[in-house]
Amino acid sequence: MRSTMRSEDLPILDDSTAQALRDSFSGFSGAGLSRRGLLGGAMAGGLLATPLSALAQTAPSDQGQAEITVDQARNAPIPIVVPSFGEGLGDQISSVVAADLESTGLFKVLPGQAGVTGVPDFAALKAQGARALVAGLAAGSGSVRVEMRLWDVLTGQQLQGTAYTASSANWRRIAHIIGDVVYERMLGEKGYFDTRIAYIARTGPRHRQITRLAIMDYDGANERILTSGQWLTLTPRFNPVRDQVAFLSYANDRPRVYLFNLASGAQRMLGEFQGISFAPRFSPNGSQVVLSATRGAGSDIFIFDLASGSKRQITNSGAIDTSPCFSPDGSRIVFNSDRGGSPQLYVMSASGDGVQRISYGNGRYGSPVWSPRGDQIAFVRLSGGQFSLGVMAPDGSGERILTQGFTIDSPSFCPNGRVLAFCRQSAARAGGAGFSSGLGMIDITGFNERPLRTSTGASDPAWSPLNT
Amino acid sequence: MNFKLIGAVGLALVLAACSSDNNNTGASTGTGATAQETGPAPGSEADLVANVGDRVFFAFNENTLSDDAKATLDKQAAWLAKYPQVSVLIAGNCDDRGTEEYNIALGQRRANAARDYLVAKGVAASRISTISYGKDRPTADGDDEQAWAQNRNAITSVK
Repeated sequence: MRSTMRSEDLPILDDSTAQALRDSFSGFSGAGLSRRGLLGGAMAGGLLATPLSALAQTAPSDQGQAEITVDQARNAPIPIVVPSFGEGLGDQISSVVAADLESTGLFKVLPGQAGVTGVPDFAALKAQGARALVAGLAAGSGSVRVEMRLWDVLTGQQLQGTAYTASSANWRRIAHIIGDVVYERMLGEKGYFDTRIAYIARTGPRHRQITRLAIMDYDGANERILTSGQWLTLTPRFNPVRDQVAFLSYANDRPRVYLFNLASGAQRMLGEFQGISFAPRFSPNGSQVVLSATRGAGSDIFIFDLASGSKRQITNSGAIDTSPCFSPDGSRIVFNSDRGGSPQLYVMSASGDGVQRISYGNGRYGSPVWSPRGDQIAFVRLSGGQFSLGVMAPDGSGERILTQGFTIDSPSFCPNGRVLAFCRQSAARAGGAGFSSGLGMIDITGFNERPLRTSTGASDPAWSPLNT
Repeated sequence: MNFKLIGAVGLALVLAACSSDNNNTGASTGTGATAQETGPAPGSEADLVANVGDRVFFAFNENTLSDDAKATLDKQAAWLAKYPQVSVLIAGNCDDRGTEEYNIALGQRRANAARDYLVAKGVAASRISTISYGKDRPTADGDDEQAWAQNRNAITSVK
């Protein structure tokens, strides 16, 4: 069914003015959806984004200029009104936009009157305490067209005006893309709502959990189970440029790293290793996988080149060297090693030179992951029988603990580096009662921790790059 | 596994269940049980569990074999000498006081320690394969010192 445009609702300037505004307005570029394959979220057709002309007398403000910094918003969440985008689908879309913004802790969503299609009543919005307004209207059923305008209430300027057209099956993606636009215009950094999380779905008794590779939208919607659960399956990690995850499978009782193609569902073993290959992570450009493989009384770190199939061993300590992760520029690797006696964090060049220990706090460290911003390394630390989730600078300075619990593991950054997903597990009593395994998210400053609900037990979250 | 249940149901039956259930998971075999009248088939998994001892235990973050562990492995070596057709898989396991990835390597270290001891006692290396389940196949479901001690192990099973 084709979308129906209700042109009478479209506020249109005279043609020459509108064209001039379009020319000056780069807008939100159309997002192709080719990477959302069969298993990653079925897509019928693409999603089109076109700029809308401004309504107010003032020209749209400079695209690059953020309204408020993230640090300011942490202290004082931005009051923003997100009225319903219309009945049915429109209401669902605006609800998801509101939930996206609210989930960051950086916005406070205020109630607002639906059906704002013209120039808003800024006086009333100011009186309400609003800083911004996301006005939108959704139309169509099989194919849906969503017009969105972001208004700065204080200046009366339209910060963004875009119409999105896509199959209505993709309404959640439209909502997340709108949320990302609002986040970026208000805060000056890319959002992370149009993303997914790969994880391990867990069912069954504690001593024999059925583990399945799974994927969902970043907010827990559209859960999909990808593997049968026949074999123990752990640690999915996203390829930053392809629709693919690397993960550990115990298939045929031979635990090895596999690659899973999210579009086709095909999987294949990554290279040939004598021992267990595990702890994979892609290089920033997606051309290599760094991983570890057991040997003797320890494990070594290797870099596997996907194009040539060749591998290069970069550590040889005789100890356990594992959990390697590239820096975002690809030049360095942080990893976990007990070469000094207890598991600690080390940084080295990507060729294995210049190894330096960076963790010196009280306890045993593990699961390091480098922020996509480059300035932080997240980790877990075990001390006093409790796990902590923390961050430190790549030179080991400035260690901060964000949250604690009985077991916390598997930190994973969202694409803009502002939020960590992680796994939290509770202690079991005899017989296994009381055990739970679930996912959570927390801002890297340690505020706004919240559970990420899944329909089964869950562990090993891996945040995807922004969808394309 | 509940030992009161073992008594109630009958040792032979439970051992048979262990045998069929145990695909080297390290999850369900008992320790220290002793078969008497209705003994399991010689050279079988159930025989190993009942009459030899299928597992050895480790201290926190350690792969050092204790005297108790060596005594169990000595018995395993003698049993393997008696049944030369048998091949075994040794699975290393960890308590949950470590990260998932580190514990995979630590469990392998434990499996290797047990394997190396058996090889030193004359068992052909070709008869022994190893695997690590890290902290993902605990024997005891609880989270106290006693459960963790049970879960830091290397479990030998018949392939």
